[in-house]
Amino acid sequence: MTEMSGADMVVQALVDLGVDTVFGYPGGAVLPIYDTLFKHPTIKHILVRHEQAATHAAEGYARSTGKPGVVLVTSGPGATNAVTGITDALLDSIPMVVLTGQVPTTLIGTDAFQECDTVGITRHCTKHNYLVMDPDRLGPILHEAFYIATHGRPGPVVIDIPKNVQVATGTYSIPNRIDHKSYRPQVDPDADAIAAAVAMIAASERPIFYTGGGVINAGPDASAALRQLVALTGAPVTSTLMGLGAFPADDDKWLGMLGMHGTYEANMAMNRADLIIAVGARFDDRVTGRLDAFSPNSKKIHIDIDRSSINKIVPVDLAVVGDAGRALDALIAAWADKGHKARDLGEWWRRIDGWRATRCLDFPEKKEDGAEIMPQRAVKALFDATRGMDPIITTEVGQHQMWAAQHFHFDSPNRWLTSGGLGTMGYGFPAAVGAQIAHPDRLVICIAGEASLQMNIQEMGTVAQYRLPVKIFILNNQWMGMVRQWQELTYESRYSNSYSDSLPDFVKLADAYGWTGLRIDTLGELADGIQTMINTPGPVIVDCRVAQLANCFPMIPSGAAHTDMILQPNDIVGTMDDEAKALV
Amino acid sequence: MKIRTEAGERHVLAVTVDNEAGILAKITGLFSARGYNIESLTVADISADHALSRITIVTSGPPAVIDQIIAQLDRLVPVHSVTDLADGGAHVEREIALVKVAGSGDKRIEALRMADVFRAKVVDTTLSSFIFEITGTSDKVDRFIALMRECGLVEVGRTGVVAIARGSEAL
Repeated sequence: MTEMSGADMVVQALVDLGVDTVFGYPGGAVLPIYDTLFKHPTIKHILVRHEQAATHAAEGYARSTGKPGVVLVTSGPGATNAVTGITDALLDSIPMVVLTGQVPTTLIGTDAFQECDTVGITRHCTKHNYLVMDPDRLGPILHEAFYIATHGRPGPVVIDIPKNVQVATGTYSIPNRIDHKSYRPQVDPDADAIAAAVAMIAASERPIFYTGGGVINAGPDASAALRQLVALTGAPVTSTLMGLGAFPADDDKWLGMLGMHGTYEANMAMNRADLIIAVGARFDDRVTGRLDAFSPNSKKIHIDIDRSSINKIVPVDLAVVGDAGRALDALIAAWADKGHKARDLGEWWRRIDGWRATRCLDFPEKKEDGAEIMPQRAVKALFDATRGMDPIITTEVGQHQMWAAQHFHFDSPNRWLTSGGLGTMGYGFPAAVGAQIAHPDRLVICIAGEASLQMNIQEMGTVAQYRLPVKIFILNNQWMGMVRQWQELTYESRYSNSYSDSLPDFVKLADAYGWTGLRIDTLGELADGIQTMINTPGPVIVDCRVAQLANCFPMIPSGAAHTDMILQPNDIVGTMDDEAKALV
Repeated sequence: MKIRTEAGERHVLAVTVDNEAGILAKITGLFSARGYNIESLTVADISADHALSRITIVTSGPPAVIDQIIAQLDRLVPVHSVTDLADGGAHVEREIALVKVAGSGDKRIEALRMADVFRAKVVDTTLSSFIFEITGTSDKVDRFIALMRECGLVEVGRTGVVAIARGSEAL
């Protein structure tokens, strides 16, 4: 119990909570906190160039470390600029605490300079939020906010702090133990449900594990448990975009990602399975395709820490509410307890191998040195060149993101950072900044599209300031490729506003910021260009020119079933009915 | 293309929440953001230390939607409990309305006579008007108001539904 200013309490609480890094941008309403942070001995403040980037950087930090990301921004535009990243963290369940300055309590509600109703605006895009009206509440609220951001299903928490609360003095107190009066997420799964799940798995002839970001959020032990359970049962594994890395891609049980741009074998196996074991995944519309045709003949077990995810979209036969890692551990224990042995799934695997034989990720390409580069080839070359270097990969949003998900493979969790739920263009580059801050010696690569990258390209300044060796690898096809692809499929190739006109010269831009810039034009230059990028110290931007009109396949068109995948460009129809057009 | 909507049955939810700023906005925002119906919503402080409020929500939807509403409410940080009163067996529902009727002569007499039948109380009167207070289920209040329309109804104020489960158990 010490008397100190509100600003000092905020920083003291961050220290007590083990925070080492804050991503932020100063402004009038947070100056007291910035003054406390001035030359702070342990907390490193990373000055971004736009508040949205601070939130994505915090997400990148969180996703790559498992620790909550922390953001500090000012009132009004500082807070509203942060909203996209806060929403992104909500949809992808990323633990984050955002501190926003607010006008003094005496001016709240008067339309004061740089005033906005931050708690009102963020009420529905946060897991929880607070407006602190009394400095004595700062300690308890900060500690509670970190608890809420990191417990149960993780998510963003906003703490709005009026300027006079930062200046006023009060008593800093730490709650002895966070025993929240109402928020008590269930982390331990129900034993009966686990027993029922094990019985269902043991009886299944065509089981499949469908895993998601919840396994990553449950920590590396959960990924290890998943591998163990898969080995025990012999069942195939597919994963959502958010779950990539939880299961090693070089394992023969791995079917690749499922869903709209998932593999043929993953989607067909989901469709034909007699048992789906969903772990930390939420049956998102990108995953299910047409709902009435989604895995029609399977029983479904759904393991999730958020009860509201269960039966939200797909009715399931068995719900297991709890932490993915603890549930997987419990399943392993119960499997051993009952003395189950892996069933002979040979017939199931023969069918899966048949689907694998379509080689759905193959793509047509010319092989000569002067040929244009297929974007898939560029991703594969990047993957081959960085094997064994354990890189952290971030992406922007669009075709390049899906190609990266299909062709870049991960063996461990926390290496793949992408905006799944919100699909935020502009996410990948600042997320790479956050990941690089957390892992200064690791190779961090943002696989970008030329359109998405420009949404937060100002962060080149942040990278230059902190001398971060971030690599940006642009698959530059001069189109908002995914928009163009949908226009081709759905609107008879009427390319309304999807051309990336007036692009900057990325090499010159690199030069302007003190980065290294490289351009790759032909297939013959690809391998060397990538090597140069890896070997060049400091930040590098690679403008890799790729085939402009390549489309991302396989693809389940909107409103279609898993069994109606488009595998090749000539399967394209070019029109859709209104029901399908209305889906995104 | 037609936009489909699903019909459903009526449920009364009792939600206990922290009595703090913004909680009502959080709850109503959840309903509007996710497209759930609110037919009636009442809220008041119910604890001796003013720490807790009880919100009674009348909503409707198919069983799966009602289940989602309960799960979505339950995961909000300031929510302590959510109870579907239809689940727990019988419950009692009440609503209060204040009904102002103006007129003279036969209509005035008829209004007073019907109020007596409905056990509505006269809480204010002038030479040309009454204000009735009626307590009962929403159906009963509806029926009374419908009759008063024929007798010079000029204004209605309703509280919305409060409800509580029968028996000796608390939520």
